[in-house]
Amino acid sequence: MGGWTGKILRVDLTRRSVKVEPLNIAWARDFIGGRGLGARYLFAEMDPRVDALSPDNKLIFATGPLTGTNASCGARYMVVTKGALTGAITTSNSGGHWGPELKFAGYDMVIVEGKAPEPMYLWIYDDEVEIRSARHLWGRTTWETEDLIREESGVPDAVVASIGPAGERLVRFACIINDRHRAAGRSGVGAVMGSKNLKAIAVRGTRGVALAEPKAFLEATWTAKARMAKNPVTGSGFAKFGTLATMDPINEVGALPTFNHQQGQFEGVQQIGAGALKKSGRLLTNKACFACTIACGRVTKVTGGGVERYTIYTSRKNWRMAAEGPEYENAWSLGADCGIADQDAILMANYLCNELGMDPISMGVTVAAAMELYEKGVLTEEQCGIALRFGSGGALLKMVEDTGWRRGIGAELAEGAMRLTARFGHPELFMGVKGQEFPAYDPRGLQGMGLGYATSNRGACHLRAFTAGAEVFGKMDRTATDGKAELTKKLQDTGAGSYDASGLCSFVDSAIGPKDVVPMLAAATGLPYTVEEILKIGERIHNLERLFNLRAGFTAKDDTLPRRMLAEPTPSGPSAGMVNRLAEMLPRYYEIRGWDADGRPTPAKLADLGLA
Amino acid sequence: MAHRMLRIVPEKCTGCMQCELACSFVQTGAFQPSRSVIRVHLFDEQASYAPYTCFQCREAWCMTACPVNAIAVNLATGAKVVLEQTCVGCALCTIACPFGTMFYNPDTKKAFKCNLCEGDPACARACPTAAIVYEAAAPDWMTPWADKVHSRYLEAVSSSS
Ligand code: SF4
Repeated sequence: MGGWTGKILRVDLTRRSVKVEPLNIAWARDFIGGRGLGARYLFAEMDPRVDALSPDNKLIFATGPLTGTNASCGARYMVVTKGALTGAITTSNSGGHWGPELKFAGYDMVIVEGKAPEPMYLWIYDDEVEIRSARHLWGRTTWETEDLIREESGVPDAVVASIGPAGERLVRFACIINDRHRAAGRSGVGAVMGSKNLKAIAVRGTRGVALAEPKAFLEATWTAKARMAKNPVTGSGFAKFGTLATMDPINEVGALPTFNHQQGQFEGVQQIGAGALKKSGRLLTNKACFACTIACGRVTKVTGGGVERYTIYTSRKNWRMAAEGPEYENAWSLGADCGIADQDAILMANYLCNELGMDPISMGVTVAAAMELYEKGVLTEEQCGIALRFGSGGALLKMVEDTGWRRGIGAELAEGAMRLTARFGHPELFMGVKGQEFPAYDPRGLQGMGLGYATSNRGACHLRAFTAGAEVFGKMDRTATDGKAELTKKLQDTGAGSYDASGLCSFVDSAIGPKDVVPMLAAATGLPYTVEEILKIGERIHNLERLFNLRAGFTAKDDTLPRRMLAEPTPSGPSAGMVNRLAEMLPRYYEIRGWDADGRPTPAKLADLGLA
Repeated sequence: MAHRMLRIVPEKCTGCMQCELACSFVQTGAFQPSRSVIRVHLFDEQASYAPYTCFQCREAWCMTACPVNAIAVNLATGAKVVLEQTCVGCALCTIACPFGTMFYNPDTKKAFKCNLCEGDPACARACPTAAIVYEAAAPDWMTPWADKVHSRYLEAVSSSS
């Protein structure tokens, strides 16, 4: 057998012990890896009702059988845990080099349990696994932490995944950063790591990832790579413009959320889109994650005088160096949603989020909510230490920095937009689902995205059912609700089974699908996977996550959208007058999922999926 | 003696490691970058990425250093190759190489290096951006001199074998 290494690491921080266990191969076959396998272990080992920030929560780092191979975009690992932001199961994905390095060290997963009595980090060099003191790293940024661990260990090739000051301070949307700019970003997985007093996991691996049928595997990866090279998105579009290429078309249909989702178009879009980043000279080059043949990463530099204009106290030495970002999501959340058209402010806020270890989507949307509270006179300049106006780059940067260090009003923003708006008496200003802030697509102008957000198991997310692909770039009517339930289910199952579980990046899906992934998985593992089986595995994963959430206390009532999306029509632009008609789609969605009217999987469905 | 060589175009490199993966697969039959003889360096703060591997120096220090003549020239490709049977694993070549492109395998206890894959380098094939091209090198000021040394050497080996 190949693909999997067949071993997992179990780390008990309370007892300060480390164990190597054999991988449960039956589960691996039925859930593949990554998101699926991580969820299987979490579901089996943990009561979903535990407090996400208590030592009872487990934090799982899971790779897939294609992680560390030459399959294009086989770079990914998933962080699976109960999210600090949502209280739901989360599966937060990251690229870079960390996942492959863990495989090279000889492990498919790391399961972290308990809580260390004081700051610790985990050191893995092949068979050498140690829990080391991280006292001297506490309070350091993620970038400093990576450098310090490499220096003190004398292993320059060690790859580090760490939390920053935000994770240490339990900012609810803190993330885990590896390779400086790659993030397991969403749902507060960094806060869970911080609650365990675990600063970092550093890995160096010198072994190989073997394959069951090497020759067939190379053929399969080459076929998929050739297809990706020919596709306009994966072959050239994303390399040239990055995901930022999405901003203009989404703005054109009036679905670019602006001013905390009050509007669907942003005036400043010309100043912050893909073209502008290139023209202004801030874009230096593009960069790939491990094994990626797309290379969508944006390598950028602050060049517009931002360093002089804005006051930042964190790691100032870095402001002159190249760094990465922004992706479309960050340029939107830190830009359009806050009404900010200054690229330097967006870049600096993006770098700061990476250094402090915070999800820029949730950060931007939370700042936007705070700005609306300020607009309404609920928050004052005195409270915030600055005029928290929409459009103010200075205000954005101050909020980001204050949130990461939990200073002043930042301590309130650190709780995320749902808790922030509730605390100040305006819960209707929270733009998100299940506690997690929306990404960059207004569901009023894109009906399918609304259903995807409402039913995503980790709260609002664009990566679980990207219906915008069909609604903006494909042939589906974005304003209709017909067929959106079917599309959402199909995308959810396809994504879970073929990319999220196997170790691939979901961005491959413009060019390749399950029929390309199957030969790779089959040749890697030696198991005769089929397309039907992969889709069924995807469905199984989605249902298992759903069961976790039901046990954690979620109900059908949580499969909803904020009132603004359901009842306040988009005021102007091509989506003017529209709201999201979730009620037309949700019952149909439950029905084709084989769930009852309360959104619970029926016993027959569970039996069919082997989850009974 | 116009052998082709691996030309590196750093501006095109995205740091994707496909070259290391392909190389390690040739060496081991698995994906194991620690056994790749081409190594990619990511200079993140300078926004620059580049692979490097053996230049197949015309006057090769590894050959000069080897006490048992375990490094030979492949006459077809010009590659300097390690003769596994002869290599005694003393690792002198890894010290002699000024570019760090001679490696030591602790499992086999032998030296190993780039052999240009017998004239079809896997790294160049795998690179998605053509940042590695296998082609005739453009002559520079050192070339005529190095060619002379090189052909003298080749004559010596071919007449002795
Ligand atoms: S394969 Fe090409 S682009 Fe990728 S790291 Fe190697 S040289 Fe760079």
